[in-house]
Amino acid sequence: MDAYIEGILMLSGINLIAVLGLSLLTGFAGLFSFGHAGFMAIGAYSAAICTKLLGLPFFAGIAAAAAVAAGVSWLIGRATLKLKGDYFCIATLGFGEAIRLILDNFQGLGGARGWPGIPPHTTLLNILILDVIGVVLLANLVRSRHGRNMIAVREEELAAKVAGIDTFRYKMLALVISAAYAGVAGALLGHYMTFIQPKMFSMVKSTELTIIVIFGGLGSISGSVLGAVVLTFLPELLRAVDKWRLVVYGLAVIGIMIGRPRGLMGGFELTPKSIRAHFARRREERAIKAGQAAEDEAFSGGEDGKGGL
Amino acid sequence: MAQFLQQMVNGLSIGSVYALMAVGYSLVYSIMNFSNFAHGGVIMFGAYFGFFAMTLLKLPFVASFALAFVGTSVLAVVIERVAYKPLRERSAPFLYFIISAMGASIFLENIIIATIGPTFRTYPDVFGRSSISLGSVSIGRLDLIMFVISAVCLTGLVLFIDKTKMGRAIQASAYNMKAAALMGVNTDRVVMIVFALGGLLAGIAGVFFGMKYTVYPQIGNITTKSFVAAVFGGLGSLPGAVLGSVLLGIIETLVAGYLSSQFRDLIAFVILIGVLVFRPTGIMGKTTEDKA
Repeated sequence: MDAYIEGILMLSGINLIAVLGLSLLTGFAGLFSFGHAGFMAIGAYSAAICTKLLGLPFFAGIAAAAAVAAGVSWLIGRATLKLKGDYFCIATLGFGEAIRLILDNFQGLGGARGWPGIPPHTTLLNILILDVIGVVLLANLVRSRHGRNMIAVREEELAAKVAGIDTFRYKMLALVISAAYAGVAGALLGHYMTFIQPKMFSMVKSTELTIIVIFGGLGSISGSVLGAVVLTFLPELLRAVDKWRLVVYGLAVIGIMIGRPRGLMGGFELTPKSIRAHFARRREERAIKAGQAAEDEAFSGGEDGKGGL
Repeated sequence: MAQFLQQMVNGLSIGSVYALMAVGYSLVYSIMNFSNFAHGGVIMFGAYFGFFAMTLLKLPFVASFALAFVGTSVLAVVIERVAYKPLRERSAPFLYFIISAMGASIFLENIIIATIGPTFRTYPDVFGRSSISLGSVSIGRLDLIMFVISAVCLTGLVLFIDKTKMGRAIQASAYNMKAAALMGVNTDRVVMIVFALGGLLAGIAGVFFGMKYTVYPQIGNITTKSFVAAVFGGLGSLPGAVLGSVLLGIIETLVAGYLSSQFRDLIAFVILIGVLVFRPTGIMGKTTEDKA
C-alpha cells in the first residue's frame, strides 16, 4: 500500500479511537468536554514512559495509558460531575490547558521541545484490531442497560433520577471509559509519530475531536466511524484551502446545531440489520403509495389523499 | 514589603481586566444559563479592532477604543442572533448551546488566521513606558489606566443594572425568564442588551490585553482565566465575578513574583480544582443552582 495513504489510514484509525470515547461521553451521556486532548497527552506520555524508559512491551504501555487516563478522569469527575454541566466544561477546559502547561515545564520528559525516540510500535494492524475492539465494546455498552441509562441521563437528567438511575454513577462511567479510549489513542499516536510534544495535544485537538463527533451525529457509533474517516481524509485532499478548513468547520457546527442537531447519522446506526430494515420500509412505503393511488382512483374526490401518519 | 506592595498593585491592575471579561461572561450566564464559550473570540476581535483602528485608520487612542467596543458589542449581538437565537426559540437542550458556542469560537479564531494571518502584532506605544511612583511602589501608566477604566466600567454596569428599568428587567429575567416575560418584559430585548453589554466589556478587555501583551488570534484563550475567575467568585454572580477576578489576578502575580513565572498560568487551574472540590458555589454563590 502507498505509504502516504497508509499513514492517513493509521491517523484516522487513531482518531477513531479517541472519537469513539468522546462519542460515548457527548453523544450518549450528554457531557461536553473541552479537554480530551489532555487525556490523549496523558496516554501518550504514560505509554512512552512504559516502553521507552521501563522497556515494557507495547500492550503494557497501552494498558497503562488507558489506566492512567481513566484514573485522572475519575478525579476530575469526582470534583465536577455532581454539579451543573457548566462546571464540568470549565474544568475540562482548565484541565486540558493545565496538562499541556505541566508537560511544557517538565524537562524530564522533554518539556516544550518534545520527546523524541519513542519506539515505532504502532502498525496499521494493531490500530485496526484496537478499532474493532473499541467499536464492539462500545456498541455492546450502549445497547446494554448501562447504555440506556446513559441515554436517559442525556435526555432528561431529573426524570432519569426520579426513575431511580444513579445519574452521577453513569456520567462517571461514561467519562472514565471515554478517557481510557482517549488514553489508548494517545499511546498509539505517540508510538506512530515516535515523537511527542505537548503542543500536539492543545485545545484545537480537543475541539477537532468534538467536531468529528458532532458531524458524525450525536448518539451514533457508525456516524462517529464515518466522521473520523471522512474528516481525517478530507483535510488531506483539501490541502490547498487548509487554512479555511476550521472556518468552515466552525460555521458548519453552528449550522448543524440550528438545522440538524443530531448530525449526519444522529440516532441512526449503520448495521446490516438497519440497512435491510431501511429497504424493507422503502418497499413497504412504495407498496402503500401504489395501493393508495389505486384507492384514490376508485374513490376520486373522496378522502384526503395523504398517507397515514 | 515594597516588593509585595508592588506585586499587589500589578495584580490589581491585571485582575481588573479579568473582571471585565468575567462580568461579561457571568452576565450572559445569568440570563441564558449556559457558558458562552464564544466570549474569547469577541475579546480577540476587540483587540484587533483597536489595533487596526490605530495602525490602519490612524485614529487617536480614544476613537480606536470606542470603535473597538462598539464593534464587539455589535459582534456579540450578531453571534447571539445567528448561533443562539434559533436554539432559544425552540428551547433546545443546554448541550446544543455549548456546541454552538464552540462553533462560533472556532469560526472567529480561524477567520482571523485565514484572513489576517497568525502573526503576533504589537500595539503602538500610546502611554509610554514611564511610570508613576507612589513612595516605594511604581505604577505603569498603562496599568493605572487599565485599572481606572475597568473600575469605571464596572461601576457603570452596576448602576445600570440597579437603577434603570432595563437593568431591573435584566435582574428579573435572570431570576426567572418565563415569569419575566409574563410580566411584560421583552426578554428577547433583554438577551440582546445583555450580549451587547458583554460584548462592550469584552472589547475594552481585548484592547487592554492587546496593549499589555500582543495581539494574536489565540488571545481569546485568556478567557479560560475569566471562566475560572467566575467559578471562583460564584458562577452567575456579578460581584462574585469581580472579586474572583481581582483575587485571581493578585494570586497570579504573587505566584509569578515569588515562585516562578511558569506556574503563573497553572495556578488558575489549581484554584479551579480547589474551588470545585471544597466550595463549588464559589465565594459569593449560594447554591450551584442559584443565579445572579
